[in-house]
Amino acid sequence: MILLRTVNLRKQFGDTRACDGLDFVVNSGEFLSLVGSNGAGKTTLVNLISAHLQPDSGQILFEERDITFMSVTDRIRAGIARSFQIVNLFDGLSVLDNVALSIFSRDRKTAKIAKLADHDFDVRDEALTVLGQFGLRGKAEVLAGGLAQGERKLLDVAVAYALRPKLLFLDEPTSGVSTHEKAQIMDTVSSVVRAGTVTAVVIEHDMDVVFRYSDRIVMMHEGAFLADGTPDQIRAHKDVAAILLGAPLSV
Amino acid sequence: MQADAAVARRSKLPLAVAAIMILLGLALVPLVAGLYQTQLLTYGLIAAIAALGFNLLLGYTGLLSFGHSAYFGIGAYIVAFLADDFGIHSMEAYILIGLPVTAILSALFGYICVRHTRIFFGILTLALSQVLWSLALKLFWVTGGTDGLRIPRPTLLAGLVTFTGAGSFQRFITSYYYYVLAVFAICVVVMWVIVHSPFGKALQAIRDNETRARFLGLRIRWFRWIAFLISGTFTGLAGLLWAPLNGLATPDVLYWPFSGEIVFTVLLGGFRNFTGPILGGIVFTYLKTYAVATTEYWQLLLGVVLVLLIVVLPTGIVGALSSLAVKLKARQKS
Repeated sequence: MILLRTVNLRKQFGDTRACDGLDFVVNSGEFLSLVGSNGAGKTTLVNLISAHLQPDSGQILFEERDITFMSVTDRIRAGIARSFQIVNLFDGLSVLDNVALSIFSRDRKTAKIAKLADHDFDVRDEALTVLGQFGLRGKAEVLAGGLAQGERKLLDVAVAYALRPKLLFLDEPTSGVSTHEKAQIMDTVSSVVRAGTVTAVVIEHDMDVVFRYSDRIVMMHEGAFLADGTPDQIRAHKDVAAILLGAPLSV
Repeated sequence: MQADAAVARRSKLPLAVAAIMILLGLALVPLVAGLYQTQLLTYGLIAAIAALGFNLLLGYTGLLSFGHSAYFGIGAYIVAFLADDFGIHSMEAYILIGLPVTAILSALFGYICVRHTRIFFGILTLALSQVLWSLALKLFWVTGGTDGLRIPRPTLLAGLVTFTGAGSFQRFITSYYYYVLAVFAICVVVMWVIVHSPFGKALQAIRDNETRARFLGLRIRWFRWIAFLISGTFTGLAGLLWAPLNGLATPDVLYWPFSGEIVFTVLLGGFRNFTGPILGGIVFTYLKTYAVATTEYWQLLLGVVLVLLIVVLPTGIVGALSSLAVKLKARQKS
């Protein structure tokens, strides 16, 4: 079942076509990786879908509803969440509060002014459960600014996941971490995604990670789609190898 | 969940005990200190209320206002107008009428200012406060111009406590101290609940990372606007309390240097913690009073203190004490 699709989506920066008439489809329940060299248009595509940018033209349909001109808040309420390439946390808040805030926002409780946040035990319990899923329960009371890079990456994903989205975009969740931490992060993310009802779209450069965890891989090049298929199909695609090795394309 | 509630209550118990002890200590001041010290501390508590309000915007929302004199000044002038033009002399009436008026003004100015951030926000707050200052100067037939408006001593507790006859000044200073102390205690509790509520957490999230906060679905401008409204109203309440104690409302309290004093107050105590502005309000009151009494170059002295503060204690008095406590604890452990 199609969860999200874009129709002829275009975005241009000066002379650069970052998204050149993209018809992008995400199926419900899949773990999809978006790959391609720097400047291929992957982050721009995610920015357009998450309302960080507005498209020049085209349509974005989520559960067959046109969300092209929806605000960020309305898209999140519709069920689209994202993390960022550079870790984006609330460093002055505790790890627990980072996740709890997502839950407060999802449950529309952030306007509550006369009740202490840590006295909402339902939210607190759920936040601790999410932190447990990401292996961060022991750090709940630590300030987010005091976490190590790998833990920050995990918390970044946990904050987006706590919104309980239907579609979760993760922009390079393993960038800037060690090989050991990469596996830990991706194992956690994939197990959490597969345990729930979340569909995940991951932008990733590490092809080992991509081939190991993805159900489907979409490769972008210069604002267009170059290949789309299962890990085996992508591995066998000659242009993918050419792009990854920096060789000229066959067409 | 019941166990969680018990733990939450227990974790706040030492804090509540400390707060009650401090409150009791403050309640003893008129009994052990002279009238002048009591009066000075009343000014300090009022400055602390203004600083608490200001810090919701600076410390918790990350917005630096250079125009909070507007709300303090409006509070003071409301008391003056009610006394002068309507013959109202009840402190409760001043608060009941004054609070909604300062809230409306804060909401109006806030609606304009929160559309911008950083320097643009600061300049807008400054410009709007100076509009009020110039109106207070020019509309002298209403405001008394530079002479200001005299404010007689009000009655307290719906007329139960009045101040006439021999010794009325002494009785007023002592009674008013307790009145301000009670309002101060309520303000501290209310602000503490606000900053620890989901709303308060959302403000801190916006301060730390606006982009991420937006991608959690928070409507940034709405949160900033409500924070501005609360902040202005607290500062307005401080103005309402200050006017009867000072006995005179002049355009000086609407002028930009007064906004600077509120900023100074919060920097002095420390703006990244809850208690900093409270301590800053009290310390600044004493600092300014003694600087004025000591030298005619008191502004120079305060300027030097401000420079030293930023260079040596960028986190303010409470921030520095907290860091010291953390270091000592770490040394003890090792």
